[in-house]
Amino acid sequence: MNLTQRDWLFTVTGGLLVCLVLLPLVAMLFDLLRLGLPVLGWEFLLTAPSNAGRSGGIAPLLISTGWILLVCLSVAVPVGLGCAVFLNEWLLPESRLSRGIGLSLDVLSGVPSIIFGLFGYQVFAITLGLGFSILSGGLALACMVLPFIVRTSQQSLAAVPAGYRQAAQALSLSQTGMLWRVVLPTASPGIAAGVVLATGRALGETAVLIFTAGYVLRQPDSVLDSGRALAVHIYDLATNVTGGTSHGAATALVLLALILIATTSVRSGAGLWSRYMLEEKR
Amino acid sequence: MRDQVLRLITGLAALVAGLLLLLILAELVRASWPALTGLPVKAWLFSGHWAPGDGQFGLGAMLASSLAVSVLALAIAAPAGILIGAWLHLSAPAWIAVPLRALQGVMAGIPSVVYGFWGLITLVPLVNQWAPPGAVLITAVLVLALMILPLSVLVTDAALHQVPARSLQAARALALSRWGTFRQVMWPTVRGSIASGVVLQFGRALGETLAVLMVAGNVIRWPGSLTEPVRTITANIALEMGYASGLHSQVLFLSGLILLLLVMACMLLVRGGLRG
Repeated sequence: MNLTQRDWLFTVTGGLLVCLVLLPLVAMLFDLLRLGLPVLGWEFLLTAPSNAGRSGGIAPLLISTGWILLVCLSVAVPVGLGCAVFLNEWLLPESRLSRGIGLSLDVLSGVPSIIFGLFGYQVFAITLGLGFSILSGGLALACMVLPFIVRTSQQSLAAVPAGYRQAAQALSLSQTGMLWRVVLPTASPGIAAGVVLATGRALGETAVLIFTAGYVLRQPDSVLDSGRALAVHIYDLATNVTGGTSHGAATALVLLALILIATTSVRSGAGLWSRYMLEEKR
Repeated sequence: MRDQVLRLITGLAALVAGLLLLLILAELVRASWPALTGLPVKAWLFSGHWAPGDGQFGLGAMLASSLAVSVLALAIAAPAGILIGAWLHLSAPAWIAVPLRALQGVMAGIPSVVYGFWGLITLVPLVNQWAPPGAVLITAVLVLALMILPLSVLVTDAALHQVPARSLQAARALALSRWGTFRQVMWPTVRGSIASGVVLQFGRALGETLAVLMVAGNVIRWPGSLTEPVRTITANIALEMGYASGLHSQVLFLSGLILLLLVMACMLLVRGGLRG
């Protein structure tokens, strides 16, 4: 086999392989649309499920999912960002403490979601007495997404040009002032990208939530109520409810759409904030 | 003054984040301690007999199933991902490569429960035609491979970006073919990153719960054939944690601990050994 033949083989094999991989993806989209579209509509989004989810909509699940996400992000973002700021602004990157925390976070980012489910169940639901609740679920999810938020925040803080910091120091801004006025606004698009990554993962997460936020289909009255997330609903409809397939597919379409919307909206929002903070009073 | 407060608060956040892993490990050890000390190792690690009602807690068959499913999924996804990553770099025109890269990112973001759902409604009936009941080991392997593949492509793609432009220019000057450039010039440079990517994906596969739970059939047995249903260690936790109590629940925590230690070993291997 000469050179050009081998090259040709490589190109063709690669191309065929790509088609082979795209095939299930297209099939997945086709199947979800085929089964889900007839059910999908405003009615589906705005009504409560009935008959274990075989009919009706997903309104209370959207609310539960929103609450869980809110709890998750309102814990994970401050802690994660705080950790990133501490690592970046006060510790030398090669110090033992910094490397230790870094290693711990790297390993944490690979821990399977079911482990966070076990941990959340044991600590939040049982030891802290929160039971199967949105609070337990959100906290367990926060543990899971924490390393992503720290890592991406840290990268964006480190990417702020050194000149900005030097200029702030020349103006004798305090460390707090420099962080708030210069470093964080500049780094915010990157930080937001990390939050987006976290949101996407948290929205689709199921194993963490089964034994922390629970299964209850009713609309939650407070964060101490159990609430079923969209992803858990898909799982339940697929495995425990015969005849729930079309509603499961419709829920999956909603979930995928939410992940896509979250990804685009948060990013543009952060861009606005960054521009506002940096250009406001010049 | 304000700086001191900020330093204290962020330091506290860093402490929480840094200690979380140890806290999880400690909590799993604590919750599984009675099983760990009360049961002989032989009874839970090597036995495949799982009958919590009769006091039989053999995790062996499920551990073996987890390993089998993960290794097989990786055996499909890793080579395919590396080849596609290389193809994207060397052969694909920009109008294919750019959207395809974005698509891999989207695929990596699809929740595992959606992969599992699709596997259940489409793949299981398909496999059922030649290997009833359809929800068998090979189905789980295929779904898992599909989930891991985009990660494999993205890791390979990112690694190939690291190859110095000078090496590529030299390869072109020597009139190496595309395949030759990949094999002789790029592969030696990116081997390490790709190997650590494969180990990371193995950890991910081992810990995957929902997608595997939904399509693997969940019958507890030693994995012997591609066309028989199996239950993985993760699926077992998800299926039984809801009603387990006493020793049963402690053994489930123990299985979580084993899983955590396996995944931690993968992560530490990547951090320590492979990256140099």
